[in-house]
Amino acid sequence: MSDDRTPLRLFWAEFRENKIGLVALVVVVVTILLALFASIISPQDPYDLAKLSLMDSRRPPGFIGSSGYTHLLGTDPQGRDLLSAIFYGLRISIQIGLAAGFVSLTIGTALGITAAYVGGRIEALIMRLIDLQLSFPAILLALVIVALLGQGKVQLISALVAAQYAYFARTAYGAAKAERGKDYIEAALATPLSGRLVVMRHLLPNCMPPLIVVATVQIANSISLEATLSFLGLGLPVTEPSLGMLIANGFPYMMSGRYWISVYPGISLIILIVAINVVGDQVRDQFNPRLRK
Amino acid sequence: MQAILVMAVMSVIVFCGVYAIGNPIDIVIPPEATQEIRLEAIRRLGLDRPLYEQYFIFISNLLQGDLGRSFVYNLPVLELIGGRLPATLELVLISVISATVLGVSLGIYAGYRPDSWLAKTIMAVSVLGFSVPSFWVGLILILVFAVNFGWLPAGGRGQTVEILGIAWSFPTINGLSHIALPAINLALFKLALMIRLARAGTREIMLTDTIKFARAVGLSESTILRRHLLKLISIPIITVFGLELGSTLAFAVVTETIFSWPGVGKLIIDSIGVLDRPVMVAYLILVAFLFVTINFVIDLVFALIDPRVRNGASA
Repeated sequence: MSDDRTPLRLFWAEFRENKIGLVALVVVVVTILLALFASIISPQDPYDLAKLSLMDSRRPPGFIGSSGYTHLLGTDPQGRDLLSAIFYGLRISIQIGLAAGFVSLTIGTALGITAAYVGGRIEALIMRLIDLQLSFPAILLALVIVALLGQGKVQLISALVAAQYAYFARTAYGAAKAERGKDYIEAALATPLSGRLVVMRHLLPNCMPPLIVVATVQIANSISLEATLSFLGLGLPVTEPSLGMLIANGFPYMMSGRYWISVYPGISLIILIVAINVVGDQVRDQFNPRLRK
Repeated sequence: MQAILVMAVMSVIVFCGVYAIGNPIDIVIPPEATQEIRLEAIRRLGLDRPLYEQYFIFISNLLQGDLGRSFVYNLPVLELIGGRLPATLELVLISVISATVLGVSLGIYAGYRPDSWLAKTIMAVSVLGFSVPSFWVGLILILVFAVNFGWLPAGGRGQTVEILGIAWSFPTINGLSHIALPAINLALFKLALMIRLARAGTREIMLTDTIKFARAVGLSESTILRRHLLKLISIPIITVFGLELGSTLAFAVVTETIFSWPGVGKLIIDSIGVLDRPVMVAYLILVAFLFVTINFVIDLVFALIDPRVRNGASA
């Protein structure tokens, strides 16, 4: 009995009850798998310029290209098979979303918990800076940083982290501040445990639930922000198109009715973002004690 | 007082951030220029001085209302931004105001009758408005209304009318048709936010004693909604309205690019592309200034509508 009532299992049992959440989770997992195995399942390697033929460019869905197979979703202006480009684009988008999400989670949590635990002047300094930054729109910050650092994956991730860590810091600070005042932390501090150990072993784990919720939402946000930056031409180099860049590539051709170049990458982007958000919503509801039956 | 401090810190951060990286001299002078021309240009723009000295020159000019000259357009930055600002303001105001009015009405309805199918539809749409990236909505709007149906133009400002020496689009039919798509694009996210806010507030307040007593007195439901509910939910809505006004100004960057709307957002994207520092710095400081001002105005409005704040301040 005690075995199958671990918190994780209980959580999963509750999660399964909501059909929409379950569908969204399946969508997220399938998308990640598609991205992981992009090189195996894609009919074409969209980065191999030698295999691309300009004769095949901007063809509608269902066109049989010079390499002999059907382009199910058509081709883009460089003659890439759109389906393959979307798989590879998903891979880049997810990669960047996860990387930016985890780095901002780490930095933000460290700052927030330090502020709440140490208190005093450091607390005031850190939180002032973070409030100042939160009053500034994330997109603008990311835009300026990318503009300054130039193009590339690392630069893009740094910009996303700079734009997002403050949300984690706020959340971690709020949670840690509330936990800090509770008796169990006082009790742990009364023992000869080092302060670091108390923070890592006791304070941090109890701050995790709200942070996990923020993390899911922020990963979706970074993916969307990355797509926006790429769309504005400030993202990754053209040789490795992310979903945002595929959409941007197709934009000029939309006016002449070649909708598929922008529309299909856009649809996959939205499915991914909406699915992550739905899963995040569900997790948040389950963590929220006020909504518990 | 705090606002001034915030502005000072912002100006240092923005200035150093923008000036620390990238060498604008290569864009200002042609690549075939001789060494003398190059050095002369560097001296003329004050780029040979140490960073702190550049900053002090910048600040003293700023206090005199001079934000420098654009490297690229060779025009005073203030004039450049001032010329573009009306277009952005017009777009932002129209979209935020219409989003608020519509969003609050829909949100109150959704909170008042949470189980009706209309309320559920409203909420489903608001989830979509939240998660779908704004540039994508813009693309779809263009595809559907400009390309497929050809009802509305996809870009530009259209016909403008001069009022007080500034060109505005909204008084003419043609101008309005040009504003429609970008304004809808910009408003959609705000609409979703306002719906959620109004709905949450309504659900909470409908359960309070205020409403119970108002009903007990025999006031009609519509009077309760108008006179009591609207007043009570207006505080968070005004806060968010103010903040959103600022962030919409920033988000207009994306919308203006898609619809080639000639506002400040498009200007900043173009300036980032060519590393036109004075324009970037001025724009960011302007946005920071706007945020600080908006926060200040929100506080004032609170004092006006909330007796608790008013009495607390005078005590």
